[in-house]
Amino acid sequence: MEHIITTQNLSFEYHAEEQTRHLVLKDINLQFEKGQFIGIIGHNGSGKSTLAKHFNALLLPTEGKVHVKGMDTKDTNHLWDIRQTAGLVFQNPDNQIVATIVEEDVAFGPENLGIPPDEIRERVEYALKAVGMWEYKDYPPHMLSGGQKQRVAIAGIIAMKPECIILDEPTAMLDPIGRREVISTIKKLNKEDGITVILITHFMEEVVDADRVIVMDNGKVVLDGTPKEVFKEVALLKKIGLSVPQVTELAYQLKREGFDVPLDILTVEEMVEFLCR
Amino acid sequence: MPIKVENLSFVYNEGTPYATVALNNVTFEIQDEEFVGIIGHTGSGKSTLIQHLNGLLKPTSGKIYINGVDITDKKVSLKDVRKEVGLVFQYPEYQLFEETIFKDIAFGPTNLGLSEEEIEKRVYEAMDIVGISRELADKSPFEVSGGQKRRIAIAGILAMKPKILILDEPTAGLDPKGKEEILNKIKEIHDKYNMITILVSHSMEDIARFADKIIVMNKGRIEVIGTPREVFREAEKLEKMGLGVPQITSLARELQKKGVAIPEDILTIEEAKEYIIRYLRGTKNV
Repeated sequence: MEHIITTQNLSFEYHAEEQTRHLVLKDINLQFEKGQFIGIIGHNGSGKSTLAKHFNALLLPTEGKVHVKGMDTKDTNHLWDIRQTAGLVFQNPDNQIVATIVEEDVAFGPENLGIPPDEIRERVEYALKAVGMWEYKDYPPHMLSGGQKQRVAIAGIIAMKPECIILDEPTAMLDPIGRREVISTIKKLNKEDGITVILITHFMEEVVDADRVIVMDNGKVVLDGTPKEVFKEVALLKKIGLSVPQVTELAYQLKREGFDVPLDILTVEEMVEFLCR
Repeated sequence: MPIKVENLSFVYNEGTPYATVALNNVTFEIQDEEFVGIIGHTGSGKSTLIQHLNGLLKPTSGKIYINGVDITDKKVSLKDVRKEVGLVFQYPEYQLFEETIFKDIAFGPTNLGLSEEEIEKRVYEAMDIVGISRELADKSPFEVSGGQKRRIAIAGILAMKPKILILDEPTAGLDPKGKEEILNKIKEIHDKYNMITILVSHSMEDIARFADKIIVMNKGRIEVIGTPREVFREAEKLEKMGLGVPQITSLARELQKKGVAIPEDILTIEEAKEYIIRYLRGTKNV
């Protein structure tokens, strides 16, 4: 299997005021397979956003290496190739939109890549259709809802034809409808267009059907596996301040009462099936 | 200090081609000491509604009585209203502006014209309530974590000693731990000071736990109002609005459909557990 992003012994520290050193990432070794949907969860301050910023060379390791499609992120000659391969979407859609019209905003990235106008038009159309926002191409962004704006921000990344999209809490500021729109857009990009997705989030339900879930705490990877493998570690997840779906919590409590309940129940359907079989 | 809202309607940009009806004939009452959850989508009118409760917006038509006084009356001093009704906006940490945490929290009480000793007393009290160490008083509010900033912003409102505390999505953007902390704090403040607390949220799970009463807003109207149990019995209606019920409530509903003896208005994991254990003991030899 081809690896799109790898980290080797990645550590990162930053210097705040005075002489204090904060070790934010501690010896992270990860390999991401092409085409997968990967969720990274952790509470605030766990290092997950810092890790994400290493995936497209916004931050460089203090120690160790990060490779994007074989390119070392420390090699400045590859900076633009890296950023084009791995695009980053941030939390607040309002901070990512630069133009006054939706289609111009989406064209901003490809314009900067020096792509000819005809192809830019094609890419903008493709990207806006991919996120379901084509009919809003002539809208000023401030007329859109939060979820729509976030989809425009995603389209701006898609128009650069990345192989991998990294989303740093893209739904944190959205309401349930906006959240659903963005998540289904991301899933579609992964399943239908084969784009590798790395989704950083607080919301467990968003990564329930990911191929792989990584849990960060205190700058380290503490769990790494399929959603079922990860979510059954209810006690550990709670200890580090994360929550699990309510039915998973219920399964855990029933088990503690001595019932033979599988701990990897994630959805209402699975629980109903177990109880009523 | 009960609240009574009668036939409240509000139209944005009235008389222009952009006129939008944000509130449409809204009527409800809130009694002393109640903890009320307001839930609804972006655009449902919930933020517009709470901005009426401290006179930030004037109704297009209808009345709002706070403690029997109609605050839509021109003769009523809005300054007095705002002394009683504290409103914490969404992302309140963006509104911090002073050089020190102390000064920021003192801003409200200072504007109330209180004595210096009283201001100091209230600021420290408010810091204690929200759990910000007094040692941080002289620090810049911009040097602390996001969760702390939010608590400082809430302290700024508490220092005005409101009788009614309204919070617009106080947990937006926080991680599960930060969310728990803030929600528990709000509940604690409510129980200790017996003020009316109005919590606006998208999250059914959050509201279900604490609220005595839930108001569900949709397209400028009150769609459902009642106790959490009464509201969650309307699961289909809520789902149609895209709001949904807590996962544990939908589990109970599904189990009931399959013939398991469990009420459909389950609110917490603990409740569900009791019924499921009874079911498991009854039907299977485990």
